[in-house]
Formats: sequence, C-alpha cells, structure tokens
Amino acid sequence: MKISDIQRLLGAELLTKTVNTDQEVFSACGSDMMSDVLAFVKEQGVLLTGLVNCQVVRTADMMDMVCVVFVRGKKPSPDIIALAEDCGIAVLATGTKMFEACGILYTNGLHRK
Amino acid sequence: MGEPYKVSFDVDGENFTSAGEASIQVKKILRQLGFAPETIRRVSIAMYEGEINMVIHAGGGRAELAVYDDYIELVLTDHGPGIADVNLAMQEGYSTALEQVRALGFGAGMGLPNMKRYTDEMIIDTKLGEGTRITMRVKTA
Repeated sequence: MKISDIQRLLGAELLTKTVNTDQEVFSACGSDMMSDVLAFVKEQGVLLTGLVNCQVVRTADMMDMVCVVFVRGKKPSPDIIALAEDCGIAVLATGTKMFEACGILYTNGLHRK
Repeated sequence: MGEPYKVSFDVDGENFTSAGEASIQVKKILRQLGFAPETIRRVSIAMYEGEINMVIHAGGGRAELAVYDDYIELVLTDHGPGIADVNLAMQEGYSTALEQVRALGFGAGMGLPNMKRYTDEMIIDTKLGEGTRITMRVKTA
C-alpha cells in the first residue's frame, strides 16, 4: 500500500509538501504511547496516533517509519510538520477515529500475510 | 586500530520538545559511518529512550557515543534522583512517571526494557540522590 492510498482510504489531508507519497508501506502501528511503538520494530511502517507533539515524529524517525497519520481530527503545528519534512516522513491528518482508521487500513490489505 | 570515534551531547532537562535531538544526531552520525540500518535503529532507539528518561526523570544529563572496532557504546549520565529498585524499573509496564508525562506519550514503563531489548549489554549504575549512569553496548561484528 502506498502513502497516497492511505490518504485516499482515510480521506486524509496531506500536510507535508516535500515527502514522496508514492512510497510503499508494509506495516502499521496505532498507539498514543510512544514507548509502546518503540517496543516493536516493523519494516517501513506507518504510525497512527492521536498524540500531537514533536516526539511522535522523532519516534517514527527512530523506527525508520515513513508516514505518520494523526487521527481523531488532531492537527499538528507547523514545527511538527517541518520536523517531519526534515526527517522525510509524510504527515497525514484525518477526522477518522483510531479504531476505525486501523480497521480501514487492515481490511484494505495493510498487514502481514 | 586507531582511537575510537567519540562524541558527546548535553541533554537539556528543561525542554521536553527538544528531547530526542541528540538521538537524531546519533542516528545521522551512524548513517554517515555506514553501519547497517538494523544496527543504527537499535542504537538510536536505545539512545532515544535513554534521552527521554533523562529529561522526564533526571533533569537532563550527558550522553556519550563511542564507536569501537566491534561495538558501539552509549553512556548516559545524569545527576537525577537515582533508581530506587532497578529490578522493578526493568519490568515492562512499571513506571514512576507522572500523569503529565503519560499525556506526552511516555511513562508507559517501557523505556528501560526497550533499552535492554535493543542492546547486547546494558549496565545500570545508580545511587539514590546522586544519579544514574547507564552503559549500553551494541555489537557490530
């Protein structure tokens, strides 16, 4: 699944301008606790979260994730978006709730076979 | 071989927003030195958790990175309150972090366990009222 597919499936707004959304993602993690995200490495993943601060982007960067989706209508501030662009991480924002967003991506094929 | 590559960082304990900046630097340095992505990820996650810990528990501290022939070493030193019960602190889910830290996405009691998970060796030297020094090593050969 591409980042652009995630954007379409979740009706999300793309907030980064410089990051390529043709990148493929192979796994996802949904959490508001960053240490839980850091506990389990997955390849080239996407992070879905309702937490909004710089640590979300840094956590994603540490995990080599390529996309962060802010759920539940959360909007990151410009400094968070700038940090993400600097790290090459695409940022999406959607009004969809966490459970629903994860379910949509899962049923559309974003999971290990 | 020659001297190990060494670099150190001050971790600002007053500023949660900047926490993790040193870890991002470490990650960039290890990339430049050409380490495997998996190695880079393990070292930087361990460093990041340690850095966050120093900010939320210890009022900041100092992080030192050293690259030896066959391993990478991180030494994190703080002058915080120390860890009362290391065995308890190593249990996943145990945390002394305040609610306000949890609201920031940390304090889930996964920091120290994650640091151990991603490193080959972790040594905790801690003394109540004096501080903590954590040495972590990741083998590269």
